[in-house]
Amino acid sequence: MKLNGSHILVECLKKEKVDVIFGYPGGTIMPFYDALYDEKEIRHILTRHEQGAAHAADGYARSTGRVGVCVATSGPGATNLVTGLATANMDSVPIVALTGQVPTKLIGTDAFQEADITGITAPITKHNYLVKDVSKLAQTIAEAFYIATTGRPGVVVVDLPKDVLIAEADFHYPKKIALMGYKQISSGNISQVKMAAKEISLAERPVIIAGGGIIIGDAYAELADFAKKCNIPVVSTLMGKGSFDETSDLSLGMLGMHGTAYANFAICEADLIIALGTKFSDRVTGKTSEFGSSAKLIHIDIDPAEIGKNVKADIPIVGDVKETLKELTNLVPEKDHSSWFERINVWREKHPLRSFNQDVLNPQFIINKIYEETGGDAIIVTEVGQNQMWAAQYFKYKAPRTFISSGGLGTMGYGFPASIGAKVANPDKPVFDIAGDGSIQMNIQELATAVYNDIDVNIIILNNEYLGMVRQWQEIFYEKRYSSTSLKGNPDFVKLAEAYGAKGKHVTEKDDFVSALKDALNSGSTYLIDCVIPCEENVYPMVAPGSCISKMMGVEE
Amino acid sequence: MKHIISVLVRDSPGVLAKIAGLFSRRGFNIESLAVGHTEEEGISRMTIVVTGDDYMLEQIKKQLNKLIDVIKVVDLDPMNAVGRDLALIKVKVESPQKRSEVIQMVDVFRAKILDITEGSLIIETTGRQDKVDAFIKLLEPFGIKEVVRTGKVALARGLKVVSLPKQSKK
Repeated sequence: MKLNGSHILVECLKKEKVDVIFGYPGGTIMPFYDALYDEKEIRHILTRHEQGAAHAADGYARSTGRVGVCVATSGPGATNLVTGLATANMDSVPIVALTGQVPTKLIGTDAFQEADITGITAPITKHNYLVKDVSKLAQTIAEAFYIATTGRPGVVVVDLPKDVLIAEADFHYPKKIALMGYKQISSGNISQVKMAAKEISLAERPVIIAGGGIIIGDAYAELADFAKKCNIPVVSTLMGKGSFDETSDLSLGMLGMHGTAYANFAICEADLIIALGTKFSDRVTGKTSEFGSSAKLIHIDIDPAEIGKNVKADIPIVGDVKETLKELTNLVPEKDHSSWFERINVWREKHPLRSFNQDVLNPQFIINKIYEETGGDAIIVTEVGQNQMWAAQYFKYKAPRTFISSGGLGTMGYGFPASIGAKVANPDKPVFDIAGDGSIQMNIQELATAVYNDIDVNIIILNNEYLGMVRQWQEIFYEKRYSSTSLKGNPDFVKLAEAYGAKGKHVTEKDDFVSALKDALNSGSTYLIDCVIPCEENVYPMVAPGSCISKMMGVEE
Repeated sequence: MKHIISVLVRDSPGVLAKIAGLFSRRGFNIESLAVGHTEEEGISRMTIVVTGDDYMLEQIKKQLNKLIDVIKVVDLDPMNAVGRDLALIKVKVESPQKRSEVIQMVDVFRAKILDITEGSLIIETTGRQDKVDAFIKLLEPFGIKEVVRTGKVALARGLKVVSLPKQSKK
């Protein structure tokens, strides 16, 4: 049966079991939107900016592990996706982005709304395609989904000229995809795994670093089994939040620039580091030459290019983390490590996370209360900056896909649209966007999307009238010269929310926050709480960039 | 240190841009790049000469391998590979005497003359890069009007080949 390109595209999405897509129409993508008009199985959510669509697809993908799909028209529509795609690709999030393109005959003529989106997105995607022949459309879409989800996941852009969306072809969806040279990686090399097991059995002060790869690789249970069998403390990266139950005694929270003192001290004194699904970002390592310098390093990752890129591994293992951990757990002996935990617990008691403004409404209190009120059973999405770090530090994550944040790219404006995507995918879970007064304004137009589609996201603005993290750096590294970080002139966020049809509360006291929070959780609607917090509250501990992670500001010697 | 990397790629639009972009954004230096079709339809082979230490070579290979259009990456051992550059050189010849001097040099270097006009010659030479360099240098006094070079192409010596993965041949 012959179908036109737009209907082929719709059928392909159904074959991939896509139930919701986020997008914004325009000239060249109109044939596809026309095909969607009668479509019952695919829900299209119209965002108010293409960047919102990309982030919403990302939030959908991170909160489910499924592919997020976003759609935009050619030219500015496609370029508006770029920040969202770069954000997702940096954090290995599976996204398929469908972009309209000018008709093939006009490509290269600087036609109206023409942009070379495959050229533009090549460095920020796993792969991209320009489809020039409708007969190759179905195969291309199948490859796009396959590439986005396999190995280390990532973003695939498919650029669709308008004439290809109109032309007809027979529809056959390939059952199996095989791409020459694109190998699937399973368990790590067994002799390497055996060597790792031997080192683990000999280690006296081992530490596990759990990265985002544990969540992406669906290895939560395997990590728990492994850590419990050998009694090894677990620190996580920002992307690894949710990879291990933080209420467990084995958990030391996050390491790195704003990690807990005890996590960073443990890394510095460890004799063995077992790094799982992590790329050793500069935010994690600080000065690489002093990172874990007394430890041997076992590094397991599915992406060979991550091994040895930032930190040299003694035992490198390229492998799927779930399968490799299973094998490793079978090979290691049960261990106790009680004296190592005694040492760690001294740090844990001496250097807890703490607020410096405990008498007034403060961000730490706010995040703690959200944790208490939800029993930790919520999805926390963040913007970027201080809000992100407080949300990471003070909420105890117990399950994968409950902490959603732009780690690699650090994209302000990510959180709110991503929380919309997460809520669409998880209608029964409370979803919070932990925001700053700066970042919320980068995609605040999505209030319309949330309200119109009855997506009840709770927006918590930690309002310090500053670009808080930049201000903190100015305080510490630039002698309090607060250049262009004051946000005096903010709108009345509550009125703004109400103008969009959402509910809102402005709070300045702890008690008011608690009652607003309860109200938000029971409201069943998009709800914004504007929380006034001390403007000079800092995120501590803090390691200066490029310093050894044992040297933390806000931690007494 | 110089390395010769052979890369088999799918002949898809944009593949060259993706590879060139990868080198520039990761700060790898390309000394030369030559590309052409292979014996397999739809597959091209690139020979890329890069300079860098072992860490950089490792990263180049791994990052190239991550590109979906890249099928295979092999770094050729320079001691066990033959590499050739091709150059076309347009030389000015002001008089018949100068012309015969140039022709003599062409003979000595076993180069070829492709085009003769009253005032110029086009010469083709292939060989190792240093030989081509030396030849061009010797022609300089006559007045070189134009040079175009291919960049190195190379193959491993003996039976060793850079071929497509067996199981996935089309």
